Amino acid sequence: MAMPSLFSEYWRLEDVLQKHKVLKAALVIQNWYRSYCARWKARQRYALTIFQSIEYADEQGQLQLSNFFSFMLENYTHIHEKDPELVARLFGSTLQDCKDRQEYVSFIDVPDSYNGPRLQFPLTFTDIDLLVEAFKQQQILHAHYVLEVLFETKRVLKQMPNFTHVKTSPSKELTICGDLHGKLDDLFLIFYKNGLPSGSNSYIFNGDFVDRGKHSIEILMILFVSFLVYPNDLHLNRGNHEDFMMNLRYGFTKEILHKYKMHGKKILQILEDVYTWLPIGTIIDNEILVIHGGISESTDLNLLHRIERNKMKSVLMPPIPLVEDHDTDLKTNKVGATLIPRELKTNGSLSEQLTKHEWEQVIDILWSDPRDKRGCYPNTSRGGGCYFGPDITSKVLNKYQLKMLIRSHECKPEGYEICHDGKVVTVFSASNYYEEGSNRGAYIKLCCDMTPRFFQYQVTRTTCSRPLYQRVNVIESSAIRILKERMISRKTDLIHAFQLQDCSKSGKLSMGQWAFSMENILGLNLPWRSLSSHLVTTDNNGNINYMSSFQDIHIQKPVKEAQSTLIETLYRYRTDLQIIFNVIDSDHSGLISMEEFRAMWKLFNSHYSIHIDDFQIDELAERMDLNKDGSIDFNEFLKAFYVVHKLDKLNKSDGNPP
Amino acid sequence: MADDKERGGTEIAVAEYHKKIKEAFEVFDHEANNTVDVREIGTIIRSLGCCPSEGELHDLIAEVEEEEPTGYIRFEKFLPVMTEVLLERRYRPSPEDTLLRAFEVLDPSKRGFLTKEELIKYMTEEGEPFSQEEMEEMLSAAIDPESNSIYYKDYIAMMVVDDS
Repeated sequence: MAMPSLFSEYWRLEDVLQKHKVLKAALVIQNWYRSYCARWKARQRYALTIFQSIEYADEQGQLQLSNFFSFMLENYTHIHEKDPELVARLFGSTLQDCKDRQEYVSFIDVPDSYNGPRLQFPLTFTDIDLLVEAFKQQQILHAHYVLEVLFETKRVLKQMPNFTHVKTSPSKELTICGDLHGKLDDLFLIFYKNGLPSGSNSYIFNGDFVDRGKHSIEILMILFVSFLVYPNDLHLNRGNHEDFMMNLRYGFTKEILHKYKMHGKKILQILEDVYTWLPIGTIIDNEILVIHGGISESTDLNLLHRIERNKMKSVLMPPIPLVEDHDTDLKTNKVGATLIPRELKTNGSLSEQLTKHEWEQVIDILWSDPRDKRGCYPNTSRGGGCYFGPDITSKVLNKYQLKMLIRSHECKPEGYEICHDGKVVTVFSASNYYEEGSNRGAYIKLCCDMTPRFFQYQVTRTTCSRPLYQRVNVIESSAIRILKERMISRKTDLIHAFQLQDCSKSGKLSMGQWAFSMENILGLNLPWRSLSSHLVTTDNNGNINYMSSFQDIHIQKPVKEAQSTLIETLYRYRTDLQIIFNVIDSDHSGLISMEEFRAMWKLFNSHYSIHIDDFQIDELAERMDLNKDGSIDFNEFLKAFYVVHKLDKLNKSDGNPP
Repeated sequence: MADDKERGGTEIAVAEYHKKIKEAFEVFDHEANNTVDVREIGTIIRSLGCCPSEGELHDLIAEVEEEEPTGYIRFEKFLPVMTEVLLERRYRPSPEDTLLRAFEVLDPSKRGFLTKEELIKYMTEEGEPFSQEEMEEMLSAAIDPESNSIYYKDYIAMMVVDDS
């Protein structure tokens, strides 16, 4: 019949129209959503860029302290004469003799009331289990055991060569982990997914076990105990953070002194030594080199096999050439520190140090980063080591008949990254390194056939994943916060730069002018235009109200009368000052005398060209000397400077060095 | 954003666009060698405020790719093309009510919501379908867990606020 077919044709047309509407509607929604997501992803990337820039800028600041120490040595004649120990401490001699271990450890009693894990020497796999379980319950290992483990670890490490040679076999899996940085949850996750270390489950931990995270000592204890139980299957490489000077800045020293109030100092002392005995790297099947940072064009593996690695105390303690004559030839080493040859009456002299060349070789291994650009260049963002290109990788690998370089040292969003045509692999095992949600962690598994398999993970507080905008919000606010703190610590210089460009004194600048000053003064290569909406207000014409950044944030003044510039300067240099104080305070008492403080401050003042009157500092110091006994508790002094974010809903103040 | 000056081709506007584009590009340029992975071009373009469809994106990529595609896009090729896009105000995002009406087309009985199953069906079968990852991501933010549906008016309002 004709009617039904007419009907169905009519319906089909409506159908088509409706389908078209639906298609268009879906397209609109998908389009919008994809753009929305992309903007969040970009914001996430901006936040990570902020974190990374500041991290590297800090590292550079750290290495520039080298300059100051050299300067201090030349000019601080009082110290030189009165305190040869300080000189020795700064420039390479071993510290006061470690007492005989039996003697010292046995003096520390473990009381019956102690509920934490009790290790039994000689250690066995039950001790590893014991520690893991105890740490999961937030227990703290007693100092007695910490010291025993450290002494024993040092004793065993001393017997190991600079490079551990490892062979894979069909019955044994080899897992390589990168930076952990005190993130115990990540180590637990790795052990959960991959099993505890054992005779058939080998591990290489490629440095940077400590600093930044809150459980560096726990990680160290698990790794060292595992090493002592399975010395042939648990391999540890030194990272650039296995360095007591780095620990002063990046939090490990603080963690120890906080968790071990009585014996922390001793632990720190022994730790300094243990670090120097960590092997430089691992070589797998004579084909794969595993080191923490990277290489340079002059990397000499044969030399590195031979050097006395334990003489590498710290990246901040470059070797001082000892010369007979008074030739004042100024030399600069790779970190830009000025080496001033002088006669130094250090005990042991030459044999206490590496040569300059040897020292630089180790710095390269611990600090370098691969880049796509060919050649080898000084690593300007970190201030130490170099950037090495694919040609350098090929050259060095070929020279030693190696096939691959596995390294860590750089945080990667996916936990790992392959570059240089597959010859260089970066593995990073601390997930959420900068902030929750910032990156995944990863580890590598190697079997006989040498094809690496990558495993990724991410520690998360909640069981269900949060939506993108929430995750990014967390990272972004955190990044903006530290960026603002950076800004306020340079407030005077910034305002000066802005005002120079603001001829009409209107309080406004164009976007271009503002971005230029920000980049110049802060020395951070960041996407300022995109970040501007978080940092300043703009008027209807798109011009920047440059003073608006400073309105919702200020530095807390510990003393009412102190001037803002003084406060700002002290806040800006607080981490450097803390390190310097710690070095002067060689017995870790936490106190320095007023005289030492004044003398040190004068030096700091002149070297960093800071224009603060001496008497202002004196006044401030006197007020800080709360018990009027002529000594300053410098930790308290520096803690007094922190940044208050006025818009903090929780009214929480922040600003202490990480 | 505030500095979205629409003064056609004035020098200052172009210079500012160049800087904006450079900033967005550099953030994804991991090697600092003026190239980005082609898979990130879409994110870069969208982060600059444009809303091209997947099809339009493909066309753009074809314009900026090398003669022999290398998987990487060079900044020198990207800059002029992207500047044109911004100057001509191409791929502007749809206004809020267009988005609302789109949801209403999918919800003809005007309940005010779509069920999870309906949303999945439309987003993964119509238009330029979502990948599984995209779908999951949208669900995590959009779905009201109690009713297992998406109240699209609220959802739109939330997305618009967050985006600013």
